[in-house]
Amino acid sequence: MAKKEYAYYPGCSSQKKASGDNFMRSIDVVCQKLDVQLNEIPDWNCCGASIGYGEGGELPRLVLSARNLALAEKNLPGQDMVSVCPACWLGSREAAERLHEIPGLMAEANEALKEAGLKLDGKVKARHFVEVLIEDVGFEAMKKPVVKSLEGLKMAGYVGCQTNRPFGIAGESFENPMYLDKMVEMVGAEPVKYDQKVTCCGGALAFSEPDKAQNQIRQIVESAYDHGAEMIVTPCQLCQANVEIYQSEINKKQGTKFNMPVVYYSQLMTIAYGGSAKDAGLDGQLIRAEKLEAIAGK
Amino acid sequence: MSQAYKNDFLKEVEANVEDGHMVKMCMQCGVCAGSCPLGPHWEHSPQKIFMMIRAGKREEVLKSDSMWMCTSCYNCIVRCPRKLPITHIMHGLANYSHRLGLAPDKQPTREIAKLFWNNIVKTGRVNELTFSLAMYFKDGFGQGVKNAMAMQGIGLGLVKAKRLNPMEILGGHSCKDKSGIQKMVAKAREIEDRRRGLAK
Repeated sequence: MAKKEYAYYPGCSSQKKASGDNFMRSIDVVCQKLDVQLNEIPDWNCCGASIGYGEGGELPRLVLSARNLALAEKNLPGQDMVSVCPACWLGSREAAERLHEIPGLMAEANEALKEAGLKLDGKVKARHFVEVLIEDVGFEAMKKPVVKSLEGLKMAGYVGCQTNRPFGIAGESFENPMYLDKMVEMVGAEPVKYDQKVTCCGGALAFSEPDKAQNQIRQIVESAYDHGAEMIVTPCQLCQANVEIYQSEINKKQGTKFNMPVVYYSQLMTIAYGGSAKDAGLDGQLIRAEKLEAIAGK
Repeated sequence: MSQAYKNDFLKEVEANVEDGHMVKMCMQCGVCAGSCPLGPHWEHSPQKIFMMIRAGKREEVLKSDSMWMCTSCYNCIVRCPRKLPITHIMHGLANYSHRLGLAPDKQPTREIAKLFWNNIVKTGRVNELTFSLAMYFKDGFGQGVKNAMAMQGIGLGLVKAKRLNPMEILGGHSCKDKSGIQKMVAKAREIEDRRRGLAK
């Protein structure tokens, strides 16, 4: 099978030694096993994330992603641009589409890009890594390298917001997307039904409005517990960080006893593909995923 | 442009706010208000804001901290039966009120949005450590020490898990073409300000 190649950038949270460092390690294993090659866009920059609008407005925010698209066009021609981070994907896809849709915006973006010595034709497609897995690789091929079943593990598939809205994965509903549950089944674990699958974790407001965001997080973790989950699994770095990191804060303030591991789908796949706990980046969990580590050690 | 339309707030919003031309499409069904995860915390729900814009309530809308409650979850966008890009309009209103200087002072999301933007424009990439510290210390040194102490368990946990690098304090992640990025962003802002009549 020929290698599938994509232009890509890890995004600020998944670069080396950042908060999603362990996520990227597991993505690397998944890519190796599935013959997917991610070619890093040279000198990529931040997409502006979901809070960039406040100071950045529309055009300054969009040109950040336009620069990444232009760098992909120039250095990795013909390749789709893939993001592993939902916010990066949202930002790049929004830029890729809106610059064409709104009259005059592409010309304005190019006027700004000129200052950085770049030009955007706007032919690059911005995609999410999950789309690559589902649409280009497919569930059947994703299942093939599985050598270890995660049998018996009960997982709450937490899709969250930006992998799901406003664009989402083709063929999935916004209210109850099923692909993450299918991935959980694919590695032999059991997806639990619970009612907070697409609830917002508070996003960037976890910083500015901690009580409001922690109320969201509490609902998500509580529902996962109530429906028998042993672990939460997510495709999103911000969901992972918010839902994992603030459990101790919620325990302190509200007297709960939350201790629910929050892992990435790619960490499950890495273990199922025979990787070690370290390969999967499980050493990066604040709340250790002990049951998953035990399976990895078998 | 904002000067010419002082008496017609809807036209001002249409001209100066991201996706503002869609405001008039709202049919007041309230699905947005009912779909927002932070719904109860909005002084005026998006539904109400759309009607207030049409009613010319410029000050009440732009001085409100409602739009800053948006978590960017996009629930309202996918559910709106009239296909209003509500999230974008709320972001646009927040940005416009911030740039006009009408947004509430010390509104925490407004403040961190500014800190975040300054952080990324400096090097082209987020420095998670200096961004966190800037947030803790935004209300002065004393409060900053308090905040940092309260969060030190989490911070140390992240360092131990190799998800926060203390060396980031010395600069950390950066793009090579920092000055190109800064010039590009400045140019984009200049173009947008000119279009919105905010140019100085």
